[in-house]
Amino acid sequence: MRKVGQSVARVDAFDKAAGRTKYYEDRMPANALYVRIKHAEKAHAFVKSIDTSAASAIDGVVKVLTCFDVPDIPFPTAGHPWSMDPGHQDVADRLLLNRHVRYFGDDIAVVIAENEVAANQGVRALQVEYEELPFVLDVQKAMEEGAPQLHERFPGNVLKHTDLRRGNYAEAIKEPGLIKVEKWYDTPTVQHCHIENFGCFAYEENGRIVVVTSTQIPHIVRRVVGQALGRPWGDIEIIKPYIGGGFGNKQDVLYEPLCAWCSTQVGGRCVRVDCSREETFVSNRVRHAIRFHITTWLRKEGTIAARKVECYSNQGAYASHGHSIAAKCMGSFGQHYPCDHLELDSWTVFTNRPAAGAMRGYGMPQASFADESNIEDCAAALGMDPYKFRMMNVMPKDFHDAFSGNTNYFDSFRLCLEKGAAYIDYERKKKEFAGDTGPVRRGIGMATFWYNTAVYPISLETSSNRMLLNLDGTVTFQCGETEIGQGADTAYAQMVAEAVGLSSYKDVRVKSCQDTDITPTGLGAYASRQTYVAGFAIRQTADLLRGKILASAAARKELTAEDLDVVDSCVVLKSDGSPVITLSELAMTAQYDPVHSEHITAESTYTIRSNAYSFGCTFAEVEVDIPMCKVKIVNMVNVHDCGSLINPALAAAQVHGGMSMAIGFGLSEQLLFDEKTGKPLNNNLLDYKLSTFMDHPHLEAQFIENPEPTSPFGTKALGEPPTCSGAPALRNAIYNATGVAIDRNPINPHVLYEEFSRAGLIRDAWKEET
Amino acid sequence: MYDIKAIYEAESVEDAVELRLAHPEAQIIAGGSDVLVQIREGRRAGKELISIYGIDAMRGVSIDEEDNLRIGSLTSFSHITNNPLVKKICPVLGEAVDQIGSPQIRNIGTIGGNTCNGVTSADSASTLHAWEAIIELTGKNGIRRLPIKDFYIKAGTVDIRAEEGEIQTAVLIPKESYENTFGHYIKYGLRNAMEIATLGCSVNVRLSPDKRVIERCRIAYGVAGPVPMRAPSAEAVANGQAPTMALAEAFSLAVLEDINPRDSWRAAKAFRQHIAVEMAKRALIESVKRAGGEIA
Amino acid sequence: MSVQYKVVHCNINGRAVERTVDVRASLTDMLRNDYSLTAVKKGCEVGECGACTVLIDGETFNSCIYLAIWAEGKHIVTLEGLISPEGELSDIQQAFIEETAIQCGFCTPGFLLTAKEILDADRMFTDDELRKMLSGHLCRCTGYENIFRAVKKTMYRRQGKEIDF
Repeated sequence: MRKVGQSVARVDAFDKAAGRTKYYEDRMPANALYVRIKHAEKAHAFVKSIDTSAASAIDGVVKVLTCFDVPDIPFPTAGHPWSMDPGHQDVADRLLLNRHVRYFGDDIAVVIAENEVAANQGVRALQVEYEELPFVLDVQKAMEEGAPQLHERFPGNVLKHTDLRRGNYAEAIKEPGLIKVEKWYDTPTVQHCHIENFGCFAYEENGRIVVVTSTQIPHIVRRVVGQALGRPWGDIEIIKPYIGGGFGNKQDVLYEPLCAWCSTQVGGRCVRVDCSREETFVSNRVRHAIRFHITTWLRKEGTIAARKVECYSNQGAYASHGHSIAAKCMGSFGQHYPCDHLELDSWTVFTNRPAAGAMRGYGMPQASFADESNIEDCAAALGMDPYKFRMMNVMPKDFHDAFSGNTNYFDSFRLCLEKGAAYIDYERKKKEFAGDTGPVRRGIGMATFWYNTAVYPISLETSSNRMLLNLDGTVTFQCGETEIGQGADTAYAQMVAEAVGLSSYKDVRVKSCQDTDITPTGLGAYASRQTYVAGFAIRQTADLLRGKILASAAARKELTAEDLDVVDSCVVLKSDGSPVITLSELAMTAQYDPVHSEHITAESTYTIRSNAYSFGCTFAEVEVDIPMCKVKIVNMVNVHDCGSLINPALAAAQVHGGMSMAIGFGLSEQLLFDEKTGKPLNNNLLDYKLSTFMDHPHLEAQFIENPEPTSPFGTKALGEPPTCSGAPALRNAIYNATGVAIDRNPINPHVLYEEFSRAGLIRDAWKEET
Repeated sequence: MYDIKAIYEAESVEDAVELRLAHPEAQIIAGGSDVLVQIREGRRAGKELISIYGIDAMRGVSIDEEDNLRIGSLTSFSHITNNPLVKKICPVLGEAVDQIGSPQIRNIGTIGGNTCNGVTSADSASTLHAWEAIIELTGKNGIRRLPIKDFYIKAGTVDIRAEEGEIQTAVLIPKESYENTFGHYIKYGLRNAMEIATLGCSVNVRLSPDKRVIERCRIAYGVAGPVPMRAPSAEAVANGQAPTMALAEAFSLAVLEDINPRDSWRAAKAFRQHIAVEMAKRALIESVKRAGGEIA
Repeated sequence: MSVQYKVVHCNINGRAVERTVDVRASLTDMLRNDYSLTAVKKGCEVGECGACTVLIDGETFNSCIYLAIWAEGKHIVTLEGLISPEGELSDIQQAFIEETAIQCGFCTPGFLLTAKEILDADRMFTDDELRKMLSGHLCRCTGYENIFRAVKKTMYRRQGKEIDF
C-alpha cells in the first residue's frame, strides 16, 4: 500500500495528546534570568535619557541595559533566505534597542532580574525622557508631503514602489460602451495569535551562544543573530523545539538577537525573554493592512477590458518582510482574472504602527478581499450572476506566467467552483434567499483565490536533508523545514517511507527538533513550501540511500544492485519480489562487519527552480439580522486543488484552521490604535476578537486532486491558501443577503450599523429628528 | 508570579471583617478573575490582599426566613446557573451569568465580585437592577442592607465601608420582586463567547392574572451609562398596558429618555442607542411570552 | 522585601502532595515549576485563552488566575493525570488523535480537561451545548472542527452509541 495519500495519525500526536511535548518554556533551565523589555509609550520620538537608578536598586535586578548601550549594528529581521546580491538583501533598519522610537511599543531598554516580579518592577521603575515627534498611522497620509519621516534612508516613507504594465491601459479604456467599476477597498491590521506566545532563552557554551527559540526558521535566525551581534555565524547555535503555532509571526527574527546579546552582558548566564500576549500583539509582527484602489472596465457581454489596481501597504515602523508582500499581492491581479490591459502599482510605506511581516497568506487574504469584492461588484454592475461571471473570467486552463514559469495545468478554478457550488446548493439557495425581505435575511456568496507555492524565482529555494538507516531497519530523518503544528513531520515520514520503500511511515524517525549545528540547512516553514520543496530533496536523498542499500545488499549477497529493489523494508529481487535481506539484517550486517563496517546514510541538497499554482474557493451561507447588525454563518465550504494529498485528514485540518482565520479576518479581527496617541487599544485576547467555538458553523473542506506535474509527490501549497478566500466570500454573502456591498473588513456590527444606516436598511427615527 | 506585597486569608466572615479593619488599604480578592488581572497589568501591583475565597459559608443559594432568594456573595456564576432555586424563581439571573466570559471564568467568578467591582458591563448587574436586588454587607456593626441602585455610586465605586470592616456577604431578591415575574436578558457582544458586553439589557414583567395587561415592567441596562441603570421612562410606558407590538415599539423608544451610553473605541454612542432600542423590544416580547402572555 | 511562603497540601493527579510555595504564585506557576507538570500551558495569563485549564474538584479553572494557596485541600487534575499508569491514553485523548484534533498541540491540554469535565457528566448534550461548554478555549490551528468531532464522538461512545458524522 502506498504510504502517501493515507490519513495516518500524526507522528507527534501521542505526546501532544499526553501533554508531554516540550515547547521552549518546558525546556527552561530553572536558573534562567528574566529579561523584561521596556516598550516606548510614544508613537514617534527620540529617547533623550533613561534614568535606571530606581530600577537598578530593586532587589533581584541584575542589570539594566538601554538603547544607549547596544552595538550600533542595524540588522534585518525577515525570514528570507540570504541573498549574495547586496541589492536583494533585506533592509537592515533596527537595532537591538532603539533610540529613535518609531511606534508605540518600540523596544528601548531591558531589565534583567533573578525573578519575574523584580524584572517587571524594574521596567515600571525606569524613567524615560522623550523628545516627541509627530506621528502618522495611515498609509496614504504617510506618503503626503510633510508627513513625519521614519527612516532617513527612505524619504517620503516609501520603502518600495513597483509596478506592472500589460498592453495599453490608457488606449484600452477608450473602447466604446465600457462599464467602469471604480472602488476603494480597505483591509485591517490583524495578528497571528498563535496560542503559544513568542519566547526564547539564550546562554553561552564554550564561548558560543546557544538560543532555544520558538521559531519557524532556525537557520535564518542563526544568520541574523550573528549579524545583529557582529559575531561569526558559526558562533551561534539555534535550537528549535516544538512550537505552539507560528502563522508567519515566527517567520521573522523576533527577540532572539536581543536575548543572545543580554546573555553576553551577564557573563553568558542563561537569560529568558517571554513575550506576554500584549507584547505578542504589538511588538512582534502583524499582517499588513493594505488599501486598494481598483478600476475595472467591463464589456457588456461580461468580459474584462482593462484594469487598474493600486495597492497601498502599511508597513508599520520597520521593514521586516517589506515590499515582498505587496508585490505578491499586486502580482496576483495580473493572473487571477487575466486581462490584456493592466496598470498595477504597489507601494509599501512606513508608518508609526507595529511592524508588519509575514502572516499566513502573505498578501493574498488582502488581495482576495479586494479582488473578489471588486469582481462581485463587476458582476452586479453587469447584472450578471457572480458565479457565471467568475466562470467566464477567472484564469483559464493552460494559462502560463512567464515570470514564475507557472502553468495552470488543470482547470482548477472552475473545478473548485463547480464542486463548491454543488456542496452548498448554490443555484437553489440563491433563488430561495432572493425572496427574503424581512429583518433577518439569508444570503450566499463565494470567492476564489490565487496562490502559488514557495518563493522561486524571487528568492532561493533549497532544501537539504539527511537519512540514517538505523540498526532496526528504520530511518532517521532530519531536515530544516520545520514542524510548526501544520503536520509537516508526518508528511515527511509518509514521503520518506514511500520513497525509500519502508513498510510504514512509523519506520521513519523524524527529528522534529532542529539544531543548526546538526540539522542540514533548510529555510524553514513558510510560503506553504515544506511539502513541495522538501519533496524534491526527500526523493533525491531517498534515491541515494536506496542506492547505498542496494549496493551493500548486492555486495553481501553476491547479486547485482540493478536487479534489486526495496519494498516494505526489505531488499527484494525485482524479478519475482522474493526477499533477499531485510533492512534490519542489512543494517546490522553492514554496521558490524569486522572489515568493512558501514553506517548506511545519505544526505543531499536540492535547489528547486520551479513553482506551482495552488487555487481554490470558498462558498459561504449567512443569515443577517439587520436590526441587530449581526451576521450568523450558517454554512461554509472551502474547495482546494493543492495537487495530490499526502495526508487527507491533515490536509482537511489545515483547511479548517485557515477557514477559521478567514472568518476572523472577515468578520471580527482588527488591531485598533488610538488616533491621538498611536497607542494600541485592544492588544489582548478579550478585546481582539478571535472567533470562538460558538462563532463557527461546521467547516467543510473539500479537494480536487490534480497531481502537480512538477512535484515528485504531485503535491503543492496548502498551508496558507485556506485563509485567502473566506473573508470576501462572507462579504459577498452579506451583499447577497442585504444588497449592501461593504468594502472594508472586518465586517463587524459597528461596520454593519454604519453601512446599513447609510443604505437605509436601518432608520433610527430619533436620529433624523436631531 | 504575581506582584503581591502580602496576602491575608480569611476563614470566616468575622475573620474577614477583622482583617479589613487591621489592613484598611488591602484589596479584597474573591475569585480573583478581575483583581489578579489588574495586578498583572500593574494597576494593583505591589498591594496587600485579603483573600475571602476560602469562606465557604458565603457560598450557596437559599430562601431565607423573609422569603428572599438569598445568594451568598461567593457563589460562582456556574453554581448560580445550575441552582434549582434560581432556575425556579429567577432563571433569567442564571441565564445572564451564564453569558459571562467562558465556562472557566464562570467557575471562578462570583456574584459578589461581579457587583463589588462596580463596573457597568457586569452581566449580573443589569438583571439584579431589574429585579431590585438587595445587597447585604457585613461589618463590625453587623449587617447593613441597601437596594442595589444605591450600592453603585459611580463607575468602579460601590458603597462598601472599609473603615467599618465591611464585606459584601449576600445578594437578595425579595419575594415581592420575583413573585409571578418573568424576564429575559440579552447580552450584546461582538462574538458569542469570551465577551465583554457591548450592552446588556434585562427586562421582566408581571402580567395580570388573565395575562392581558402588563402589571409591572422593569428594565435595566449595563453599559448604557457609567453604572448599570434602570430605564424608568420606558417602564412607565409599559406599566398597566396591554402587551402589543405597538407597545413594544413605544416602550423600546422610550429607553432613549433614560440611557446615556458613551462613545468609545469599543462602540459608538449612536450604535449603542440603536441596539438598546432593539434589545428592549426583543427582551420585552420574550418576557411577555415567558409570562404566558401573547403579543397582539 | 521578605517573601511570604505557605505550605499547600493538595491532591494532584491522584497523589496527596505538599509543597511550600511562594504565596504570590499562581496555580500555573506551582504546577509547572514545583511539580514539573508542563502540560499546563501559558497563552495569556489573564484567563482569556484557556491553555492553562485544570480540573479542581471536578470543575475547570484557568490555573493562571487561581492563586496557588487556594489549592489547599483541593483535588487537582492536569493532563498528566489522564494517562493510565501503564501509559494508555484515555478515550478522549485517543479520539483527539483519531479525529486529527491536534495540530500545534498548545491548546490541546486545556481542551482535553474541559472535554473530560463534559464527558464525566455522563449524559448527552446537544451540539450547541457542546460548543458552549468548549468555548473557554481559543485555538488558532483547527477552527475547532475536529475538536468538536472528537468530543462528540467520545460522548456518543460513552453512551454506547456510534456516531456517523
